[in-house]
Amino acid sequence: MSEFLQQLLNGLSLGAIYALIALGYTMVYGVLRFINFAHGDVFMLGAFAGYFLAPKVAQVFPPGSIAGALVVLVTVMAICAGIGASIEYLAYRPLRRRPKLTVLITAIGVSLFIEFTCQHRLVFGASPRTFPELLANKTLHLGGLTLNTNQLVVIALTALLLGGLSFVVQRTKVGTAMRAVAFNEQAAALMGVNINRIITFTFALGSALAGAGGILFAMTYTKIEPLMGVQTGLKAFVAAVVGGIGNLPGAALGGLVLGVVETLAGGVQGLSNYRDGIAFAALILILLFRPAGLLGRAQIEKV
Amino acid sequence: MKLIFSRWAGATLAALALLLAGCGPATDTNVIKIGEYASLTGKEATFGQSSHNGTELAIDELNAAGGLLGKTLQLITEDNQSKAGESQTVVNKLIARDGVVAVLGEVASSRSLEAAPVCQNAKIPMISPSSTNPDVTKTGDYIFRVCFIDPFQGTVMADFAKKTLKVQNVAIFTDVKSDYSKGLAKFFKERHLANGGKVGAEFDFNGGDTDFKAQLTAIKATQPEAVFVPGYYTDVALICIQAKQLGLNVPLFGGDGWESDKLVEIGRDAVEGQHFSTHYHPDVGTPKSRQFVDAYKKRYNAAPDAMAALGYDSVMILADAIRRANAAEPAKIRDALAASKSFDAVTGMITMDANRDASKAAVILKVEGGKFKYLETVAP
Repeated sequence: MSEFLQQLLNGLSLGAIYALIALGYTMVYGVLRFINFAHGDVFMLGAFAGYFLAPKVAQVFPPGSIAGALVVLVTVMAICAGIGASIEYLAYRPLRRRPKLTVLITAIGVSLFIEFTCQHRLVFGASPRTFPELLANKTLHLGGLTLNTNQLVVIALTALLLGGLSFVVQRTKVGTAMRAVAFNEQAAALMGVNINRIITFTFALGSALAGAGGILFAMTYTKIEPLMGVQTGLKAFVAAVVGGIGNLPGAALGGLVLGVVETLAGGVQGLSNYRDGIAFAALILILLFRPAGLLGRAQIEKV
Repeated sequence: MKLIFSRWAGATLAALALLLAGCGPATDTNVIKIGEYASLTGKEATFGQSSHNGTELAIDELNAAGGLLGKTLQLITEDNQSKAGESQTVVNKLIARDGVVAVLGEVASSRSLEAAPVCQNAKIPMISPSSTNPDVTKTGDYIFRVCFIDPFQGTVMADFAKKTLKVQNVAIFTDVKSDYSKGLAKFFKERHLANGGKVGAEFDFNGGDTDFKAQLTAIKATQPEAVFVPGYYTDVALICIQAKQLGLNVPLFGGDGWESDKLVEIGRDAVEGQHFSTHYHPDVGTPKSRQFVDAYKKRYNAAPDAMAALGYDSVMILADAIRRANAAEPAKIRDALAASKSFDAVTGMITMDANRDASKAAVILKVEGGKFKYLETVAP
């Protein structure tokens, strides 16, 4: 029993990271009906930004302090927001009036461009690096369960960011504008919404979340490398689809489901090799019975 | 339409032929070209870099002493970025474009297995410095190695588990993406069971994964006395960290895939006190070994590890073969290599057996104070 609970806990903390990245995918999709495949790479850039920033911050704030970790997190989120907005401006905006497929393929191109540029030895190089310790990671024992303070930080921060995001989207003026653009771009423009600004903001916000995900991932697993965003990004994307793409709580739920299924499969002898396969198979099943995802609503496509 | 097509095809073929002619092996009579493919970057970068350092040192020493057969040695190195699929590409390039007479590489068995058929088909001798999976040299009669093989390494670690760690119930955690890991796990298990031990749990991971907690939690539930992890250092370091976080406080031990400074850099205190087997340690050895250690330290400002020593040895045994063959022709080099007997190498005496494998002793090291400390030598 305690093994099951431990696995559940492992799965939730892994799923929380997927959830955080999935939020970015789902938000961009919700507004633009477009999947930003470079999202996983912004996640990686966030981890590397933290890697280079942490020693500088440690000179001002004592290493391992909460203040220092927060400064790193917020700065990285800001950097990633800038990166996301630049990607949108340079790669996607010129293609705004082109077919959706063109933008999608461009997104894959941007993703590969970032991955392979970063692997060059003059940029980051292909070798894995060790992420510095941002917060002292303490191990807590609860009955038969062991959990780390990092796992708790990840889960808490994901919940916090999800709450913050929902607030921005549902309660603020810019959030209303985002929803208006998502509903009908032309009508929103006629109502005086600056479409370009809203789209840039959407990308910036999504990328900031990816940056936060990168920091949390690097804090938990300590190893970072230029291709770290590929597999994680793919899983987060699937999590977003399973939760119902375009739906914020759905993305979080999808991430958690994916993390838990993957972890439970990994804990079975003889199946551990297939943990990703089983997770993805479970997701196909979910989509068979709920094609719009767990929390998604089926939409009638305008033809 | 058909006419146009065939005209185009003709033009393309002509262009291709021109291109191929331009790419053909350049023949320079004053150099002997030796190819090397290594993981200079990527997941197993320290393996490739160490091995390359040893290789380069050997080539330069040979050239400083006047080269071979009156010719200079030219080393052409290609990086495969520790990636699957790359080795085949770069080795093809070494053979077809650069026209090398022999190929050196790799450390990781999966990548040696990838390049070996290329060398075998082209009839270019290949010497793997430190791939331990037995299948590597089974590819064909042009494939050699200068290190021991995993059936021996697995035996060494199973005996170590019994005699030194004194453990019965061992869990095995294998990297299913790596031929090295799968082979070593199999040979360890066979010997451990023959020794009267028990394998309580067998779990798999995919090299390059970051989350191992699911498997480690399940391993912990079987209450093993020790965990055998025949993986590579990056994965091993993360496994040690996560095992510690989950409170799985039993010895973890493995093979030569552990030997890298990165193991300590990533794993920090989680790898402290753990054991692994490897080929060589600079603290022990022959006068030849001491000579090598001095030269290596002088040049690279660091102590050599087993990969560096084996890289050095792979060049030296090749040079010896070229000398004995008295020709820099692949087929003659192959025959001379196969006849290598009691060659005095840094990592011990090398005699090529019928399978073109070297039969050599293993050493067991312990991580202590962030360094690898020599524990014992196990003879075959």
